[in-house]
Amino acid sequence: MAINRDSNGYTFGFAIVLVVVVGSILALLAMGLKPRQDKNAEVKKKLDILSAMMDIDALGIDRSNGEAEFDKYINLDNAVVLDANGDIKEGVVAFDVDIKKEYKDKTLGAKDRNYPLYVSEMDGKAKYILPVVGKGLWGPIWGNICIGEDLRTIEGASFGHKGETPGLGAEIKQQFFIDRWVGEKITAESGVFSKFEIVKDGSGATKESKVDGITGGTITSKGVEEMANRCLEVYVPYFNKLKNK
Amino acid sequence: MSEVAQDAKAPREPLFSKKNKKLVTDPLTDNNPVTIQVLGICSALAITVQVEQGVVMGGAVLFVLILGNLFISLMRNLIPSRIRIIVQLVVVAALVIIVNEVLKAFLPDVSEKLSVFVGLIITNCIIMGRFEAFAMANKPWPSIMDAVGNGVGYAGLLILVAVFRELFGSGTLYGYPVFGDYIQGNGLYALGYVNNNMMILPPMALIIVGVIIWVQRSRNKSLVESN
Repeated sequence: MAINRDSNGYTFGFAIVLVVVVGSILALLAMGLKPRQDKNAEVKKKLDILSAMMDIDALGIDRSNGEAEFDKYINLDNAVVLDANGDIKEGVVAFDVDIKKEYKDKTLGAKDRNYPLYVSEMDGKAKYILPVVGKGLWGPIWGNICIGEDLRTIEGASFGHKGETPGLGAEIKQQFFIDRWVGEKITAESGVFSKFEIVKDGSGATKESKVDGITGGTITSKGVEEMANRCLEVYVPYFNKLKNK
Repeated sequence: MSEVAQDAKAPREPLFSKKNKKLVTDPLTDNNPVTIQVLGICSALAITVQVEQGVVMGGAVLFVLILGNLFISLMRNLIPSRIRIIVQLVVVAALVIIVNEVLKAFLPDVSEKLSVFVGLIITNCIIMGRFEAFAMANKPWPSIMDAVGNGVGYAGLLILVAVFRELFGSGTLYGYPVFGDYIQGNGLYALGYVNNNMMILPPMALIIVGVIIWVQRSRNKSLVESN
């Protein structure tokens, strides 16, 4: 029996079968792989937080030993979640807060978002790690910024992005860009937040609160500037309270 | 290239008849998907800033192209002609998503590198072009050969362009500094050499592809269209 491949019935039938088959394969696959993917994402989050404090590549920390190393340095029980005024929010687990999701959620304003703060101790000195999130040229960018014991000096950072242009905006992940942030102060001596500015003239290395941008990655660099200013400012009142304690 | 050459020497002769071998070798030279068919130019511009990106993208396209060509070829007598483009699109999109999901679960680091390219792979005109032009009309085995040829031809050109752009744009090759450290200013940079920032920008990729096309056509006059 010859099938008329040009008939409407066959065309519809083929389309329906194809969509059902492909759809179920994808659905099954997504469901089956979800636990593993979630686990990977969790380890990745821990590695991101750690890499703000230290050079994890040089220390040989990767996915296989990431969780154990994370527990060595960071006690999640000490982590707190702040609200937009810098007050501690009770009943929210810091590690479970997904700041990327909250940032994307249009129904949440800056006031409604949670601001996690991880506290670590390394060589007897406290370090505070502040996750940040913002948008670059093509998609979200994020990072973790490590503040030292004086509660104002940036001691390290790690940045990530979803799809910035390779070789241009994507360079925010590189150590040379992170090094430009190290040593900057998030507040003045008095405890007033000092806004960062990404500059093009190469003066970032010498001037305070100015950071050199990336050539060809202007919009991504500006995104990092906006992200740092918006997210870090929230923590300043809390840090001032800690200082006065 | 060397991998393909080894494959071609495998013992099962009939599979590698002259015609089948030509399917692999043609796209590498005289019928290159990028320089001759001028397909996949958009991704060639976007991701040839670094060699590593070119390798990852080339590998991903090769993989998707081989599987896609195989599936389309197996279904070629079943696909209704009026919706064949949509069917091809479903196949390539499903393949890319499956690959990405599996990588995310088992090789998360590779998946992170690839995430930028997922969209680029789906929209790559070479893939749809080979489905439509070859797999729809040929048996599975020649389709795979065709996919290998075109995939490697595409990857090879990406890497070639990326070598020029990374070397002169960033002074590195596959991430390793060649001319010395730019930021510390030693090596060649101490002598006053400066990276060419123009190389990093997309227009330079177009110019390099243009130069490659020019060189290729001046060496083989039969490729020059007459009109």
